[in-house]
Order: sequence, then structure tokens, then C-alpha cells
Amino acid sequence: MEFFRSTNIDWLGKKWLFLGFSLIFSVAGVLSILFWHHIPLGVDFKGGTQVRVAFDRQPNEDHIRQAFNAAGVRDAQIQRISDPSGHAANKVIVALPIGTATDAAHDQGRQSVEGALTAGYHDSGFTVEQVEIVGPTAGRQLQRQALLATLYSLVGMLIFLWFRFELIYGVAAVVAVFHDTLITVGAFSLTNQEISLTVIAAILTLIGYSMNDTIVVFDRIRENLALSRRETLAEVVNRSINQTLSRTVLTSGLTFLTVLSLYVFGGEVLHGFSFALVVGILIGTYSSIAVAAPMLVAYQDWRAARGKEMTLPAKRAKV
Amino acid sequence: MGKNLTGKTVAIIAILVVFLFGIVGIPHGGLKQSITDRIHLGLDLKGGTHLVLEVHVAEAVASATDRDVARLQADLTKAGIVGAAVTKPDPANAQKIVVTGVPTTQVAAERSVLESTDYTSLYDVANSGDGTATLTMKVSAVRDLEERTLETSIETIRERIDKLGVSEPTIQKYGLGENQILVELPGIDDPARVEDVIQSTAKLEIHAVEGGPFATDADALQANNGVLPPDAVLMKGQGAANSPEEVWLLKRASEVEGTDFRDAQPSTDQNGRPNITFTLTTEAGDRFYKYTDEHKGSGSMAIVLDNKVREVATIQSAIRDRGEITGAFTKQQADDLSLMLRTGALPASISYLETRTVGPSLGAASIRQGVYAAVAGMLAVMVFMLLYYRGAGINADLALLLNLIILLGFMGFTGSTLTLPGIAGVILTIGMGVDSNVLIFERIREELRAGKTAAAAVQQGFAHAWVTILDTHVTTMVSAAILFLFGTGPVRGFAVTLVFGLGANLFTAVFVSRVIFDALLNKKERGAALSI
Repeated sequence: MEFFRSTNIDWLGKKWLFLGFSLIFSVAGVLSILFWHHIPLGVDFKGGTQVRVAFDRQPNEDHIRQAFNAAGVRDAQIQRISDPSGHAANKVIVALPIGTATDAAHDQGRQSVEGALTAGYHDSGFTVEQVEIVGPTAGRQLQRQALLATLYSLVGMLIFLWFRFELIYGVAAVVAVFHDTLITVGAFSLTNQEISLTVIAAILTLIGYSMNDTIVVFDRIRENLALSRRETLAEVVNRSINQTLSRTVLTSGLTFLTVLSLYVFGGEVLHGFSFALVVGILIGTYSSIAVAAPMLVAYQDWRAARGKEMTLPAKRAKV
Repeated sequence: MGKNLTGKTVAIIAILVVFLFGIVGIPHGGLKQSITDRIHLGLDLKGGTHLVLEVHVAEAVASATDRDVARLQADLTKAGIVGAAVTKPDPANAQKIVVTGVPTTQVAAERSVLESTDYTSLYDVANSGDGTATLTMKVSAVRDLEERTLETSIETIRERIDKLGVSEPTIQKYGLGENQILVELPGIDDPARVEDVIQSTAKLEIHAVEGGPFATDADALQANNGVLPPDAVLMKGQGAANSPEEVWLLKRASEVEGTDFRDAQPSTDQNGRPNITFTLTTEAGDRFYKYTDEHKGSGSMAIVLDNKVREVATIQSAIRDRGEITGAFTKQQADDLSLMLRTGALPASISYLETRTVGPSLGAASIRQGVYAAVAGMLAVMVFMLLYYRGAGINADLALLLNLIILLGFMGFTGSTLTLPGIAGVILTIGMGVDSNVLIFERIREELRAGKTAAAAVQQGFAHAWVTILDTHVTTMVSAAILFLFGTGPVRGFAVTLVFGLGANLFTAVFVSRVIFDALLNKKERGAALSI
């Protein structure tokens, strides 16, 4: 079986189309981050109390709310959990704001939720399945750490690519990855899904994945540049993308398959994680072809316009 | 011209056996039991409580300087200096002690006290020469003390948790912030009692009562004409069961403190109410005997727990090393408190920064779903590889299986913990493994299209794909390593499986798959077609 034999698509000819597409999604995400849902941070980062309650029978949200009101639990957000197939489960997540989880009175929120339900909810029994209490200090720490881990891993990869290829390859790959991260975080903002620590792990995964995809294309460009000196860079890049297209589509398709199975069967605990990867793999595959490769050509064109020589990538390692 | 593959095949089988051993160990009591003994599950999968707490180390520094204030005052008096006042003028800066009021004629005597190594080893001493001096605790001494406080806290918490009977707890320094401790308690899904037991400083002291009880602080001040004696403090609490909250004036330095207790046991008094009987160390017993003997009949003493008066009693007779505390306890409070007294007081108070609890049923559901997802994803990929690459698909599928065995074996050997994001890392490893195979197979197909023989195409395909695979794997490993270094909890669990998985992948996709190809080529006639 074979899907692609010898494709001959002029990818670089479509760069304005790509630019438009990327701009629409990035700008939509940025606008949502700035003016609409902002970045919906989960309890991990924003701090607060989150209690997951499993009821013996289908819970009545109005009764839950009445129980909270009677016990004086204010500002509780009650959210029914649905499994990925869309059926509502007999579970709710109660989220309380940061004020209930101060470093001085850490446990207050959990106690008030459990107390209110015990005293005022009589429809069925319940068990507390999961409690997450994150105080303001811990929330700040985790935020800072997630941001730093992401930045450091980008810098680490930039340095590695600089060493293996050329600085511009590293820059182009990091820009592409940044583009993916922005659009993925934008997708969380647009759909108003919370970004938790596990989602951060997923974003870091997609960074690695998108990087992987970009390197495969770059590697082929480097190899082709070493072979032929007569073609223009644009022709070489186009040919390299076409040569690796079969592998790009297959790998992305198969990885997408595993991630999709995670999204469908992985349960709602992994929901945010797999959502980030589903979006990320699509965008990450697209960005290697539509963002990273055109950037290489644009940079060389810009240098050529200023009368400088083309910077060739580091000579291909002997195999 | 077949290649000799015996050595390589033996190596692959040996590795397979070694890592299978890593997963199941020496089989005993069923496969599932063997696996769960080797592969540790994270709290998110088996249920339990994860706590991050902060030790307020500054308190330990403050109480150390408090003791030194008392010691310095005594030393100055002993040296015959009259009128010296030793204070800590700035409550926000507990490291600073100031000596004032030394007559100019006795500055030399003051200097010899201050310059003894008792003080210079811990403090920077600035002597102005006119009778006033400033002692500032050295930065290194503060750091040592903070470090010791953290260590002692970890030890104390560990002892308390052990005595509560929690199995396999993790108690360690937490890397994310300073002076933080990570506590993980598998199987505990209602942590309220454990949290209370950990958090109680259990600072038990016996102080001499100098005055009171008074209704409020203001009353107490008024009774002393608005000025408290420098060596006394006001403390609130209840003098006996069911009595209202009152205020006592107590001598600041305690007669007996936490470290003086040798043993404490819950028991009941003659009325059947829960109380605690304690035994003091010999040295403290002698001190306590002297104190109670001097004050019997007239004085009274207050038992203070965590800066709150729990009981006030008149001293009826001299007590040496045995006593009891009746402080209106419930049975559980008496049990927990005597446990804490036995394990010693925490050197400083603590507060909780983060609590995460997962019930066992949710954890089990997560495992099931994660494993289903991994198996479903992997099966889909394997079937596709067989359809798309036919014979070579078998290579890819074998490589994938071996990859999984090596990955899990690694986890078994290193004792790393498999968490939910870890399962996701396994799924990602499957994706990267497929990518390597696809890269190689596509390259071989390309070479075949270019008219090369099967053997040459395999050789060239592997050689070209190897460079790309190495680049992509090293890049991802760089980022996984950074995640491991800077990440905690879920991020870290993910990074661990990813690094192991990528390593295994380099071996299976490049080495193992190559050996299978070569073995096939050995069997074929020269020039026969390759099933790919």
C-alpha cells in the first residue's frame, strides 16, 4: 500500500495562504486571551479548592446549590462531569476561589463543602473522590515553574539545533513551535477549558512533537543542499517537503490515532491533556511545512537582497 | 553473502529477558501481583494524599536567639556587671540582640563575656565601647539552623506518620520552594486526622505562674501598673476543663520543655477522664524536683501546649520525673497528643501549601482507562503498519512491543513511579516509535524506487534515516531532560517515561529492526523483492 508516490506540490507558492491561516488562528486566540476568556487557569495555578464528589444517584444541582447556600458556602462553582461520549456522569466538581485555601487556613474550603453536603443534601449518599487544595504560594510556584520549564526547554532545543544545523534553523524551528503553543493555548481560551499541570505536560509534548516534525524536514533540506548546488533554495525546500510528505502524513496520522484513542478512552481526567495533543499534532504538523520552512527561504531571500551569500547548513554528518 | 547475525540475535534475546525480569521479577503469586510489586504506581493511580507543607524556620531562629538573650543576661550578671539589659529590639529582625546599660567602668568585663567563643561562633559582635553592643547572628549560622530545623521537622513528621501506621509514606524535601516538605501517603483518602497530627507543633512546656488569672490582657496589664516584668509573658488558655478562657502572667523561660519528656502515654484519671501521664528525663527530673520543692504549697504552674494554657495546678508536693496532664481532652486528643510528645515537638510551626487527595476508586478507573487507551491506540497503529508495509510491518510491530517491554523494564529496575501522565508518556513513546519505523521504511522505499537492490536499499535507508532519527530523539530528550530537572509531580512522571521510551526506541527501531531485515535478506535469493 502506498498513499503518496511522487508528489510535486509548490508549498512555498502558498506561503501567503499559510500566513493568512496562521494569522487568523493566532489572532483569534490572542484576542480571546486578551478580551474574552483570558487564559483559563486550573486550580493548580490559580490556587483554590476543588472537590470532586461522586453521588450514588444522579445529582440534583439545584439541591446541591441549596445545601451550599444554607451552609453559607459562597462563590462555589458546580460543574457536572461528562464522560467523553457526552453522557453526564453522577459526579460534580465543586470549585471554590483562592480565598478558601489561604496558607493560614488551608483546609477550610474542603471542610465547608463536605459539611454543607452532609448537612443539606439528602437526595443520595456521596463520596469525595478527589480533593485539590492549592494555596497562593504553591500556585505562584507552579506557575513560575511551568513557565520556566517551557522556556528552558525551548532554549535547550534552540542551542542543540544551532549546533547541529545553523542558527537560522534553530530560530525558525523555535518560531514554529511558539506559533503552535500560542494557537493551542488560544484554543483552550476559545473553548474556555482550564489549563492544569497535566495540560502543561501536553503542551511540552506537542513542542517536542512539532520540533521532531520540523527537524525531519530540515534534515532533508540539509541533505539535498549538500547534493545539488544548482537549484534555488526555494526549489530545494519544496522538493524536501515533498520527499518527506509521505512520512509526515503517516506519522502524524498514526500519532493522531493514538492521541485520539487517548481522547476517547482516556477518561475525563486526561481530557484536557488529550485535547491539547489533538490540537497540537494537527498544528505541529502544519507548522513545520507552513511556518518553519518558508521562514528559512524568507531569511535567505532577505540576505540575498542585501548582497550576502547564502548561509549553508552545517555539513551533513558522515554516515 | 549473508551476514553473521548470531551475536546480535543473542544480544537482543538477552536484553528481552533482562527487561522482562525488570517487569515481573522472579514470578510469584500470579502475573498481576508480580507486575504490581515491581512497577510502582503513583498516587493518582492507586489513591492517596499528596501534601506540600512549609516549615516556618524563622520561628526556630527567633527561639534560638530568645534562649541566647536569657543566657547572655545570666552570663553578664555572673561576670558581675550590674544594670545590663539584653533585648531583641526589632521583632521583625529576630537575628539581632542588643546589650545596653553597661556602666563604662565595666566595659572590659562585658567585652570578655561577648568575645568568648560561646557567642563569637554564632554571632557577629559589634562592640561600640560605650557599654552598648550589638550581636547579629551570622548568615552561615542562620542557614545551618534553618537547615537543621527542616531536617528535624522531616524526622519528626516521619516518626509521627510511622506511628499512625501509614504504609510506605514518602517524606522528603520539596525542591520547588525553600523550606518545603513533600509528604505522600498512599491509601489515605481522608487526610484530616493525619494533617492535624503532622501540623501540631506539640510544643509542651511547663511554666511558673507569676500572676493571674485575669479576664483580659488589659486587666493583666493594669494589675502590673501597665508594665510587664521583662522576664514574663501573658498567655491565654483554660485553667481546667470547662472553665472560661482567661489570661495568666507566666515566667518567660519554661521550667520543662518538649525535649525534657522521655515518655508520654494516654491514660485516664480517677474520674475516668482521658489524660496523659508523662516521664521526664533524669536531668530534667532533677531540675523539676528542685523547682517544685522550692514552690510546694505556695506556687502554681501552668501546662502550656502550643502557646496556649491547658491546665493550671498548684504545686502540692515536690515532683521528680512523673506527672500527669488533665487538660479536658477527648480520648483521640489524648492519644494523638501523647504520640506527638513521644516523637518530640516540631522545632517550628508548619502550614500547608498544597493538598491533593485521590480516592482509590478514581485511581483504579484512571488506570483502566489509561491502559485501555494505550492498548487501543497501539493495536490500531500495529494493524495499520501491517496493512501499509506488509512484511516490514511485522518488523515495526515487533520493535514496538520490545520497546514497551524495555520501557516498563526500565521503570521496574529504577523503581520509578508510573503516573497518569506517565501512561500518556508511554502513548507518546509509541507515536515516536512509529515515526522512526516510518522514516526508515519510507527511505527504503525511496531507495528501491531509485533502482537499488534490496540489500543496498536497506543499508542506505537505515543510514539516511539514522541521522534524522538521532536528531529528533536527541532534541526531544533535551526537552524531556529539562522537564525532569525543572518539573515536579506530573510533569516529571511524564518526562521519566519519555526519556526511557526514547532510549528504548533508538535501540528497537534502529538496531532490532535492522537485524530482522538482515535476517530476512540472508534467507532471500540475491535480487529477490522485499516485502515493504
